[in-house]
Amino acid sequence: MRNILAIARKEVMSYFASPIAYVIIGLFALLFGYFYSAILAFFLRQSLQVGQFGFSGPTTVNINQDMIRPLMLNATVVILFVLPMVTMRSYSEEKRSGTIELLLTSPLSGLQIILGKFAGAMALYSMMLAVTLVHISILFVYGDPEWMPIATSYLGLLLLGGCFVSVGLLISSMTKNQVVSGMATFAVFLMLWVINWLADSTGPTTQEVLTYLSITEHFDDFSRGVLDTKHVVYYLSFIAFGLFLTAKAVDSERWKG
Amino acid sequence: MIEVQHLTKTYGSVTAVDDISFRVEPGEIVGLLGPNGAGKTTTMRVLTGYIPATEGKALIAGFDVFEQPIDAKQRTGYLPETPPLYPEMTVREYLTFVARIKGVSRVDRERRVEASMERTRVDDRADSHCGKLSKGYRQRVGLAQAILHNPDVLILDEPTAGLDPKQIIETRELIKSLAGDHTIILSTHILPEVSQTCERVVIIHRGRVVAEGTPDDLTARLRSTETISLQIDTSGADPTSALIAIDGVTGVRLNSDLASVVGAEVETVQGRDLRRDLAHTVVTNGWGLLELRSIRMSLEDIFLHLTTEEDVAAHNDAANLIKTTSETADA
Repeated sequence: MRNILAIARKEVMSYFASPIAYVIIGLFALLFGYFYSAILAFFLRQSLQVGQFGFSGPTTVNINQDMIRPLMLNATVVILFVLPMVTMRSYSEEKRSGTIELLLTSPLSGLQIILGKFAGAMALYSMMLAVTLVHISILFVYGDPEWMPIATSYLGLLLLGGCFVSVGLLISSMTKNQVVSGMATFAVFLMLWVINWLADSTGPTTQEVLTYLSITEHFDDFSRGVLDTKHVVYYLSFIAFGLFLTAKAVDSERWKG
Repeated sequence: MIEVQHLTKTYGSVTAVDDISFRVEPGEIVGLLGPNGAGKTTTMRVLTGYIPATEGKALIAGFDVFEQPIDAKQRTGYLPETPPLYPEMTVREYLTFVARIKGVSRVDRERRVEASMERTRVDDRADSHCGKLSKGYRQRVGLAQAILHNPDVLILDEPTAGLDPKQIIETRELIKSLAGDHTIILSTHILPEVSQTCERVVIIHRGRVVAEGTPDDLTARLRSTETISLQIDTSGADPTSALIAIDGVTGVRLNSDLASVVGAEVETVQGRDLRRDLAHTVVTNGWGLLELRSIRMSLEDIFLHLTTEEDVAAHNDAANLIKTTSETADA
């Protein structure tokens, strides 16, 4: 545990020692803020319409359903772009600069290194998400949203991000080149994102498999405030599998020399 | 303290290390000597547990580096060819991180970091970023990292590569001062380094151990011919025929074309001291004997001797192969 923390601490430190952390958190906050104000403006217009025309417009508006949920769905898109940049250097940079030799010859297990790196990336990601709590708390000041769907949305975002980070680490462990690592990670993320698009035009079994594999399909319930263990299990097993493959990839690199 | 048994490492069809065995006793400094690509780095990487061996095993302080990696690594300090530094960390931050992952306890951490910085004389740059250090400092921070957790065994891959002459001398002194407390194995392709720092030498060539022993041992054992250097004033005459006529002389090489003074290197058969006969010949010919001394074969000569002899054999093999292939083609 102490070793995992040591690695995680080093990861976070190196994010903040370079502009990476500031650029990522700053630009994420900017984009999230833009979505926030755009959706808020739309939401206000809608509520005004409901107030003016009553039954002729949409019958009711709900701040959770019509404001926070679309906002969270938009956040997942931003995350899709941002997380490859968080994970692309984790192993690639260590391999390029030779510091991987220090880690692998220290009295650490491969799993400790991987978990440390995972925890480091998740820490940065959590800081990114923490910024958005400011926006959400403003809604609590001026409105009366339910906290449950918000809590499940954040849990969903963390789990979704965890999947991305585990894929990102896996890909980063396979190449020295950060650009290759970043681009490949992004491509895999996007593929996981849209894998269910084909679902409708395939047979019933394939449809079910593709829908199940889609990483966003599982987020939907979280954004509605439904906490279904099925989805939690999907995300957690996805993360575990990703980290397991990373461990194998690091090992096989060592055999190849 | 270090034991390597029948170690073999292949990368695909390339054999980098081929059945190497050697031992290093506690407190010894042993040099792995060999030309570039001989398998020194591979051997060290297996010893540190960075890469697994294809066959054979390696023990550090009795722990198998493959079976009990954590125990073995706990007792090993390793300086890779390029010091593994994080450019964005300061020297102190970096060493503190290394102390954490090497399992130095919280109470000892600061003391160990300060002590190893002092020992490697990097304390004056403790708060500089690793990325901004000169090559010499980077190498020393790498060394500080290796000795940080006070390991029993130090494995140093070309510790003086890329340093200036003054730094090289300082680093060698440092390494020598570390022996005793630590068992050290270092690799190099620079010959004087071995004779100056190491108590024992293992010469590796093409992935095999070709010779092993103290520098003096090797010099004595491999002296198949002896060379005597002469400087004679012959007043213009050629001394070759007179010298070669002496019983036991196998070759004469003149290395000066000065009109009157001639330098000659005379190769003689092993075990016979021909200095008296040479002096006698010079004097009876009426020449002036200005200098006469026997030349010991240096480690460099031995090294070249060992590594080129095999090259010649390999070259012949290759030539034969080409010949047979063309014959097959003709048929």
